[in-house]
Amino acid sequence: MASAVASIWQGITYRGKDGHYAWMLHRAGGLGIVLFLFLHILDIFLVGVGEEIFEFFLFIYHSAPAKVFVMALLFGVFFHAFNGVRIILVDFWPEKFSNLKMQRTLFRIVVVMTLLFFIPTAIITVAPIFGVDLALSQLVGG
Amino acid sequence: MRVTLRIKRFNPERDEKQHWEEHEVDVEPNDQLLDALNKVKWYDDGSLTYRRSCAHGVCGSDAMVVNGRNRLACKVLMKDLGKKVTVEPIRGLPVIKDMVVDMEPFFARYRAVKPYLINDNEPPADRERLQSIEDRERFDDTTKCILCACCTTSCPSFWANGEYVGPAAIVQAHRFIFDSRDMAVHERLEIMNDTMGVWRCRTVFNCVECCPREIDITRAIGEVKKAILNGGVGG
Repeated sequence: MASAVASIWQGITYRGKDGHYAWMLHRAGGLGIVLFLFLHILDIFLVGVGEEIFEFFLFIYHSAPAKVFVMALLFGVFFHAFNGVRIILVDFWPEKFSNLKMQRTLFRIVVVMTLLFFIPTAIITVAPIFGVDLALSQLVGG
Repeated sequence: MRVTLRIKRFNPERDEKQHWEEHEVDVEPNDQLLDALNKVKWYDDGSLTYRRSCAHGVCGSDAMVVNGRNRLACKVLMKDLGKKVTVEPIRGLPVIKDMVVDMEPFFARYRAVKPYLINDNEPPADRERLQSIEDRERFDDTTKCILCACCTTSCPSFWANGEYVGPAAIVQAHRFIFDSRDMAVHERLEIMNDTMGVWRCRTVFNCVECCPREIDITRAIGEVKKAILNGGVGG
């Protein structure tokens, strides 16, 4: 545990470049996904325990802090997905993609793609906090 | 120009843990960081301890973390570092004193990949083992390594697990795996295929960013991974 904490601290304090920050965000996103998966299994399990406790869980999910968490999670999911593609390219075609120039280009593409997907979904997710319902069903007039 | 060196110090005879000390020195813009450290040691505090030898980026003795990133103190100029410079020992290896770390774990990983030519065939009687230009080109990049440990000690996988063989050892393995004269390709690929071998690379690129010899380390690691998957280096 101590070595894990030490290595996290080293990761935060080392001034690497894009690859370093891509790695950190990839890890953070992965941990967020695992945490959400755990929560998801838990809330489905609670349906069997009782309706009240399940309703309580839903109430938490619809609270403002939970929506901010979901927004952060969305960023993690999108970044994890697109960065995963970058890693696959680097791993399987090292002769083409494993050089610093290509690495920087790929990282920029990952960031742009992440933001393209993240920004609209983040707006839809947090809009209810400000009293605006932008659910997809509303957008398409359903 | 006057700069402040913020140095992480540790004296095992006096200190329980590392601490920061600041020293102000006058330097020329084109001085190396090593020159600035020498000024501190020679005129300010003789107990400051660090390794250095050739002072020209060849011996690889003076690797340290400079402004948060691995560098050779003799290959970085003061004008590129700003007025306040932080200097720490490289990470992931036990600190002996100040910038001096125990390099034995690093060299143990290096020895583990058998970094020497293995060929039991009789060499030609009248000449050396010849190799085509193309065959020599195949591993040219990885012959440049000076074993400074900048790459291995900038690798998050190595920080997390010191048993990981590390980028420097993989570079050395690559140098022989792709040498057409070497006969121990499968032996080395087996070592690389270990749980502490090449698969722990997370393509973070810290090693490539800080390599003072500008070796394409992640590419070399990727080529070793592919050689394992393909069962050899053919093609």
